[in-house]
Amino acid sequence: MSNLTSSTENRTMLVRWLQSIKNINWGRALVILVPTLWLGVFFFIPFLVVFKISLAETAIAIPPYSSLLEWNPDEAYATFKITLGNYLFLFESRFYLDAYLSSIRIASISTFFALLLGFPIAYMIARSSANMRNILLALVILPFWTSFLLRVYAWMGFLKKNGVINEFLMGMGIIDEPLVMLQTDFAVYIGIVYTYLPFMILPLYTTLEKMDLTLLEAAEDLGAKPYQSFFLVTLPLAMPGIIAGCLLVFIPAVGEFVIPALLGGSDTLMIGRVLWDEFFLNRDWPMASAVAILMLIVLVGPIMFMRSRNKQEEA
Amino acid sequence: MSSSSEFNQEKSIIVPSWREAGAKPFVQIDQITKKFGDFTAVNSVSLDIYQNELFCLLGGSGSGKSTLLRMLAGFEKPTSGRILIDGVDMTDIQPWDRPVNMMFQSYALFPHLTVEANVAFGLRREGVKSKEVALRVAEILDMVQLGHLSKRKPHMLSGGQRQRVALARALVKRPKLLLLDEPLGALDKKLREETQFELINLQDELGITFVVVTHDQEEAMTLATRIGVMDQGGITQIAEPHQVYEYPNSRFVAEFIGNVNLFEGTVIGEERDCTTIQSAEIDGLLKVNHAISCAPSQVVSVAVRPEKIRISREKPDADANTTDGIITDYAYMGSQSIYKIALKSGKEVRVTMQNATRDISDRLTWDEPVFLSWDAGSSVVLTS
Repeated sequence: MSNLTSSTENRTMLVRWLQSIKNINWGRALVILVPTLWLGVFFFIPFLVVFKISLAETAIAIPPYSSLLEWNPDEAYATFKITLGNYLFLFESRFYLDAYLSSIRIASISTFFALLLGFPIAYMIARSSANMRNILLALVILPFWTSFLLRVYAWMGFLKKNGVINEFLMGMGIIDEPLVMLQTDFAVYIGIVYTYLPFMILPLYTTLEKMDLTLLEAAEDLGAKPYQSFFLVTLPLAMPGIIAGCLLVFIPAVGEFVIPALLGGSDTLMIGRVLWDEFFLNRDWPMASAVAILMLIVLVGPIMFMRSRNKQEEA
Repeated sequence: MSSSSEFNQEKSIIVPSWREAGAKPFVQIDQITKKFGDFTAVNSVSLDIYQNELFCLLGGSGSGKSTLLRMLAGFEKPTSGRILIDGVDMTDIQPWDRPVNMMFQSYALFPHLTVEANVAFGLRREGVKSKEVALRVAEILDMVQLGHLSKRKPHMLSGGQRQRVALARALVKRPKLLLLDEPLGALDKKLREETQFELINLQDELGITFVVVTHDQEEAMTLATRIGVMDQGGITQIAEPHQVYEYPNSRFVAEFIGNVNLFEGTVIGEERDCTTIQSAEIDGLLKVNHAISCAPSQVVSVAVRPEKIRISREKPDADANTTDGIITDYAYMGSQSIYKIALKSGKEVRVTMQNATRDISDRLTWDEPVFLSWDAGSSVVLTS
């Protein structure tokens, strides 16, 4: 008797399950599945691998780290070995903390100047005529058509001791001795601002362009002078664009390796360079992985914060 | 002449300032012209608006009414001419320094600010103390019945509520002049009618001079103390709503405001109080009981409003202002019915009839031959 009821129950459950399968929109599922798989295979799994390596120890082997599971064939048991030593070392050594802080400082300053420079440009593009707008936007994107590396090299040509800028200033008689610009933090700021400026301009442009200009008239009508209208209306309404632009500049700038390597001095400490050194000079993969994982955690913080702010703005 | 509509009859007890000789206008628009490149948006308009008026600028799109309003607000600089508000020349005064506030057609509420902050915006710019700001904001929001929604953002409000916030925001600074750009344009019909009367009451209560721009002649008729009809950058007629409707001064005004039947004819006789016109279109004589200044045998139009025409099965006993035709179209609209009648000349005449009784069994209907007639006092002669 009880068998019978349970089997009918099983049957109804089966029928329900079949129905639920029938109700799935397969086209939709497929469209979602492909990018999900892509992200899973090429982003999430590599992340797990890096995470796994960060918990291992360095070893003189190929690959150069201890494995997570060690199978002991004689005794027929496996050892599961992880170490938090790499992470502890990150906090023990002043060097890594300095590198993180210095990266964040350089990225923050660069982001600030990118915003300062990008906002007027985006504003100007958004307020120009429709034809002009397309030309200006194309010009903003144009540098991407040349190799990034080449453009950074070009800056070296500008900034070096006998570079274009120094030659010009000395030729004009403005300075007697060449300015030291290359291999300073200043050069790194210039490099980052220059490279990532389009990522600041484009989201700013998008928000400024869709802003209703009668709002500015309304502000003026209510007694706000133009600069007040800007700070009370334009700026708050551009906030989503400002946040997006700042994130798009700040995040890659923190992990930037090429720009500080080429334009920065030996004292320009950035986490991207530390990572490189750990990997290729020290061949300390676990340490490098730990540096990378911590950097991710450091970056997720501000992103979450900005996102939640953005959501509040929208609400 | 009694006031424009039955609803503001009280006002007409006092003689309105615009009818007084020598009254001082509050807003003087003096020979204003505005050109955008080759295009003349406003062409040498002169206009006086008096204190406490609710003046409507009525016109189609491209008539220049909005440009004129924007020049009053200071958003556009006149190419030539000047505007005086309360005796002060506004030419070099920036929008933020003008004693004028505007309610925008799109409302232009600040989306990032609450209702309260939107309304307080203007007061804060004036440097009003925050205690007084709160007091005045609360007061005006109560006035437009939005006190309970003060913490909401504009996107959480309905269209009608947004309209009230916009109104409150423009009124809270107690401007000398309030400009309203199509204030009721975005509302549905029912809400529009309600709001019209609220607007009139509010204007009465606050004693602020209103200038309203609209393309909706009904709106203008209900709201206005006077209407300025605009066409192609110029003002064609400035008059009280009743005059604009009953005594239009041109074919444009007659046709723009309400429906009208225009009969063309030639003047054949002119006595005192009676002008006789021979019209081929009605195949008879038209008589208008007011004299016009025109030459004999001049071609003129006679305008007759659809509701002034009587429609009957029997031939009316008259020697003029009568004709006959066949009903080609009939529409029952509840309170009234509309007939279209084709005359023998091919001319189509529009007649509206009040449905005074419920019984429609004996109604006139399609393809019936009918006679039309109207009084000599119901028509107007138009020469332009």
